[in-house]
Amino acid sequence: MTTHVEFKNVAKTFDGHTNVVEDINLQIPRGEFLTLLGPSGSGKTTCLMMLAGFESPTEGEILVDGKSVQDVPAHRRAFGIVFQSYALFPHMSVAKNLAFPLEVRGIETSRRNELVDRALKLVQLEGFGSRKPNQLSGGQQQRVAIARALVYEPELVLMDEPLGALDRQLREEMQYEIRRIQEEVGVTMIYVTHDQGEAMVLSDRIAVFEAGKIKQLAAPITLYEEPDDPFVASFIGENNRLFGTVTHVGEALCTVDVDGHTIQAAQVAEDTSPGDKVVVVIRPERVSILQSDHSLSNSQEATVLSITFVGDHLRVQLDTCGNPDFIAKIPNIAGHGSVLKGDKVNIGWATLDCRALPIR
Amino acid sequence: MNTLFWRTVKGAIGVFTAFGFLFLIGPLFVIVPLSFNAEPYFTFRPEMLMLDPEAFSLRWYENLFNDEEWHRALFNSFFIGICATILATTLGTLAAISLNQSNFPARRTVMALLISPMVTPIVIVGVSVFFFYSQPFIGLAQTYLGIILSHAMLGAPFVVITVTATLAGFNQTLMHAASSLGANAWTRFRRVQLPLISPGVITGGLFAFATSFDEVVVVLFMGGLEQRTLPRQMWSGIREEINPTILAVATLLIIFAVLVLFTVEWLRARTAKQLQPQ
Ligand SMILES: Nc1ncnc2c1ncn2[C@@H]1O[C@H](COP(=O)(O)OP(=O)(O)OP(=O)(O)O)[C@@H](O)[C@H]1O
Ligand SMILES: [Mg+2]
Repeated sequence: MTTHVEFKNVAKTFDGHTNVVEDINLQIPRGEFLTLLGPSGSGKTTCLMMLAGFESPTEGEILVDGKSVQDVPAHRRAFGIVFQSYALFPHMSVAKNLAFPLEVRGIETSRRNELVDRALKLVQLEGFGSRKPNQLSGGQQQRVAIARALVYEPELVLMDEPLGALDRQLREEMQYEIRRIQEEVGVTMIYVTHDQGEAMVLSDRIAVFEAGKIKQLAAPITLYEEPDDPFVASFIGENNRLFGTVTHVGEALCTVDVDGHTIQAAQVAEDTSPGDKVVVVIRPERVSILQSDHSLSNSQEATVLSITFVGDHLRVQLDTCGNPDFIAKIPNIAGHGSVLKGDKVNIGWATLDCRALPIR
Repeated sequence: MNTLFWRTVKGAIGVFTAFGFLFLIGPLFVIVPLSFNAEPYFTFRPEMLMLDPEAFSLRWYENLFNDEEWHRALFNSFFIGICATILATTLGTLAAISLNQSNFPARRTVMALLISPMVTPIVIVGVSVFFFYSQPFIGLAQTYLGIILSHAMLGAPFVVITVTATLAGFNQTLMHAASSLGANAWTRFRRVQLPLISPGVITGGLFAFATSFDEVVVVLFMGGLEQRTLPRQMWSGIREEINPTILAVATLLIIFAVLVLFTVEWLRARTAKQLQPQ
């Protein structure tokens, strides 16, 4: 598959000394749905704006179809963009907003109306064409912004938190729509969100941002199952964290000493060596409470601090290995009632379900 | 004690305001009725005070439209006013837009320079413009162009200020959106920015027109017989042939000023509505 968009060592500073983003390296194949995911202020919008041509990188370069876009003005880049603040033209009706990119391209009136109608239908806003943007709800405005970015059929679409203002049901519908359109039209999509659920559902790959850097770039399932950075591990889904020191390194495994307890963990970084400080991460749903005769490669004593009934599972807060916030999710199946608050229990998990991530 | 103090202050402000109105608005109540005087005097005659219809007439208004000199003055005022307004509005708007770009070098200084005609005493403006424009290699004294340029200079600061004010409420992301949709700089300006800042542009233009329309000092210095405007004609009218035609002109100017004021106010309300959060 050919590379559509490429970021090469991109860095950006606004004030001349602190980098808002740095070391950004991305290769985005044509037709991919890539999500930039990260907390507020981590540089997602900045990356998008550089690609769109409204900011220029202080270092590095951005290539589209193998050519640097450094000297291409924004209006010649022809990407569809949904801005975080919608940016609908307040003096034009919805239909005029949608027709704007078509008029600019000199598309004749009848074809224009056809495309506008189709775009309105796509976002379920038929009949709203004559309204002004300030006569629409936030969610409706957001949908108009999406329609406007798609109406002229660009090959590359950039969306900056396009579903932020929608309620859950509409949001899920729109997620589905966006994904459907993206696959149907085959556009390359670069999507910004800070909602990890949304990122998981939509993306082919996710780039997790923290403080201006990409911490990990991988498919959703890889990010969840094999995070290789402590930030990613705690940002994507829930993870228990135990801080410790590596005592022994084996083949793809290592032994970690956590507060005097020995834990077997999957080794993540190639260059891990004894004495390294690491954080061991374990998903709560991979922790089981062991019956007396069972054992797993990792087995620890724990005290039950609290039990919360969530419906399909029980959320058990445990004190173990010096961490009083250790969570286990126990499936709601027959026999779970044997655990009570204050009990001393044995818990366990498989070596491969816990990863030792170096603290850099 | 405290309430007494504030009551006194309030009372004083009230009296002050009343005097303000008396001295500012009062003369209008004299001028307007007198412009309908049937006799060529500047005083109320007993018949007028008794509201005798015979004592009133429109003859000074008629005179205004029939007399050739007044006629020309009327034309000159509008011609010069409109040309100066177009110039001041165009240049002032463009200046305001570039001055509001954060990367404009020395914006405060340039802004101060552009605004300076507003605060320079008008006599000084008149004298300097006259000396400068009458240099042989410029030769713009006693020409329409010379007056139009001077008036444009006097009017432009209003445009710069009103447009700057509307630009403060203008969402720059809209320009980004327009360019992402394929619009070049000119289309972005014409289709997105101009319509949204138009209330500021029009308000500034109206002020620029009003400035030119009642400007007399520069015309005194720069204008020949040919270029006499209404205020200039009134000036010589007062000195040379005293008759109430001047009052008729004054009344028309007042009506005009009131119309301008209302338009500006209406535009302001409209902008406020358009900029209200979506
Ligand atoms: N024009 C600018 N001038 C100076 N600093 C800026 C500018 N734009 C963004 N920044 C800074 O860059 C950092 C990254 O901002 P950015 O908008 O890219 O974050 P984001 O990841 O999109 O956050 P959010 O999820 O809140 O939208 C922030 O610390 C922000 O303050
Ligand atoms: Mg953002």
